Amino acid sequence: MNAESSPSGSRLDPWVDSYAQRAKNISGSAIRALFAVASRPEVVSLAGGMPYVQALSMDQMADIAARVVREKGPQALQYGSGQGDVRLREQILDVTAEVGVHAHPDDIIVTTGSQMALDLVTRTFCDPGDVVLVESPSYVGALGVFRSYECDIVHVAMDDEGLVPSALSEAIATVRAQGKRVKLIYTIPSFHNPAGVTQGPERRQEILQIAQSAGIAVLEDDPYGLLGFEGEPPRALRADDAEGVIYLGSFSKTIASGLRVGWAIAPHGVREKLVLAAEAATLCPSNYAQLTVSEYLATEPWQEQIKSFREVYRERRDALLESLQAMMPEGTRWTIPAGGFYSWVTLPEGLDATAMLPRAISELVAYVPGTGFYVDGQGASSMRLSYCYPDPDRIREGVRRLSAVVETELEIARTFGTASSGSTLTDGESSTPGPDLA
Amino acid sequence: MSARHVLVLSGGLSPERDVSLRSGRRVAEALRSARPDWEVTEADVDAGLLPHLTAHRPDCVVPLLHGAAGEDGALRDVLETLDIDYVGSDAAGSRLAFDKPVASTLVSGTGIAVPEFVVLPQSTFRELGAPAVMQAVGDRIGFPLVVKPTRGGSALGVSIVRSAQDLPPAMVSAFAYGETAMIQRFIEGTEIAVSVIDSADGPTVLPSVEIVPESGMYDYHARYTAGTTEFFCPARLNDDVTQTVNDVALTVHAALGLSDLSRIDVIVDAEGVVWFLEVNVAPGMTETSLMPQSIAAADLSVGDVLARLIED
Repeated sequence: MNAESSPSGSRLDPWVDSYAQRAKNISGSAIRALFAVASRPEVVSLAGGMPYVQALSMDQMADIAARVVREKGPQALQYGSGQGDVRLREQILDVTAEVGVHAHPDDIIVTTGSQMALDLVTRTFCDPGDVVLVESPSYVGALGVFRSYECDIVHVAMDDEGLVPSALSEAIATVRAQGKRVKLIYTIPSFHNPAGVTQGPERRQEILQIAQSAGIAVLEDDPYGLLGFEGEPPRALRADDAEGVIYLGSFSKTIASGLRVGWAIAPHGVREKLVLAAEAATLCPSNYAQLTVSEYLATEPWQEQIKSFREVYRERRDALLESLQAMMPEGTRWTIPAGGFYSWVTLPEGLDATAMLPRAISELVAYVPGTGFYVDGQGASSMRLSYCYPDPDRIREGVRRLSAVVETELEIARTFGTASSGSTLTDGESSTPGPDLA
Repeated sequence: MSARHVLVLSGGLSPERDVSLRSGRRVAEALRSARPDWEVTEADVDAGLLPHLTAHRPDCVVPLLHGAAGEDGALRDVLETLDIDYVGSDAAGSRLAFDKPVASTLVSGTGIAVPEFVVLPQSTFRELGAPAVMQAVGDRIGFPLVVKPTRGGSALGVSIVRSAQDLPPAMVSAFAYGETAMIQRFIEGTEIAVSVIDSADGPTVLPSVEIVPESGMYDYHARYTAGTTEFFCPARLNDDVTQTVNDVALTVHAALGLSDLSRIDVIVDAEGVVWFLEVNVAPGMTETSLMPQSIAAADLSVGDVLARLIED
């Protein structure tokens, strides 16, 4: 029945055959589209990882921004150093001292959020096919970076104290037996995103020893380190190994994510390469944003502000955990975060959080399905719940809605006697949420 | 022509919110370009809509909401209640078209081929026992078959099921989008989308679009990711089949009492039989949607087509 008239059709994108291989998996997905609904005010979003910037004094932030332009305008509005403002680098060391990290300002490179530092480090270390060991689950934004450089990503088991040392050793041995090279061990030791767990002091030493003896660089991502709810901030891995650890920090959670100021602290040789790579990518980080942060640190009681952030997040964490305990069906498990933004929830056996998402969105509650935090299809029965943005009442309402959704899903699973593993929603990179959810 | 105030509605709370927002932005821009003297505004559908409509009373509304509320007639009923003009089918026609089993039954009554289907709510599986019901349905319809929610678009919750063991997860996926699922015989063939536009001379068929998804299934990814589906417009059909496809589209448009614009999706099998699949009263207008391709192939523009429908 086909006529012979048209030799080829249109794919609506004239460049479709010109894209690099690594760009071919970047696409829309039904899951990502569902998150468009999550932005509506009717929806209780337990999905987003947005810091509660409303806790800042906006009048003070406005004064700081005005002061920067008025008093340092020609510098703030000009190009700057590729490595970042010197004064800010000195101030960053005051912040990192809280987690035991001491260094020279020259060891620091300021970046556009620590996400950029992740990109620079990966670009500097990894050729296509090189292995990066990541936690299981791992930060979705890091997986995206590793994938974009065509790294071979291997998940390593975690428990309630984070990355499991024996599993790490085993993974290194297995990968090496396959003739592949491990370039980086990527870890979030404190208040993990998305798992909500924290490595204990002994665990940290074991991980460092394994990395040192294997000769593999540790990429330590520590955006939440100062947001613990009890006691002193955990001591960073970098505090005990200046040569083997590349440390990533950020002001996104301790001041404001919209400023996009983060940093890396790296051994001398690495840092030189990172600066060159950064200059190639962006010439320099925003001088205006850097000077705003610098002015804030110089004139505001930033440690007090972090304390008040901790109180806000602790209250919300408590609301989440109490609601989960009171309302979620039997068989549901969750981690108990001692800081940070997230709890990792595992559904009763047989349920698929990805397949359940459309029903949740219809019932006006949103979460991030667990599969987005893996590259190998794991995580189907899990989800990440964020408590950082909604207030405690909204969190309780969100969990109430979520528990009803899970009850319905349990009934469907009982009816069909199946884990809904045949979800038609796509997995992998295309299912990962956007920046406001990462 | 005097200046008009046209309000483009998009967004809403359906799983197709993202698609709807993209359609809305595109149509609003097209209308501004086609009629620079008109005031074209955009709004989401939320609690602020009714006060907005009452306060501003647009001359015409373009509802580009996909999924429930936008396509099931409810919003159009509200607009009719407020006595505000809108583009597209009325509430009654939308209700018929949006419910896939109802539309399929009505279309089947006109003599057009419709793949055999059964419609089952989730409760039937629970009360009668899912294994027995699925066994009976599989025996009746045969594999491969298609499972889809009875309401909704963009292929969300739709699965092609090739064996009995894949049926339970497909049912679960469909039920994530609604309480009732349609299980339908799968027709192997060429997917065709036909757009119908009303004009002073009556309903007109635009050049049809043939859909060739790279993955073999025209799912959400294939629909909204440029480069993943090859489109032929006009479709590579011989004259006889083209005529049949066009006749089917016009018959569906009339049988369901649709007006202004609709998109009818069919499959043409190896023997040239044209099978009705579904009809859309708020067709997608995104960069990768089908109706804009048909409009372009007819040497028209989205803005002009919509503007004429508003003017009429």
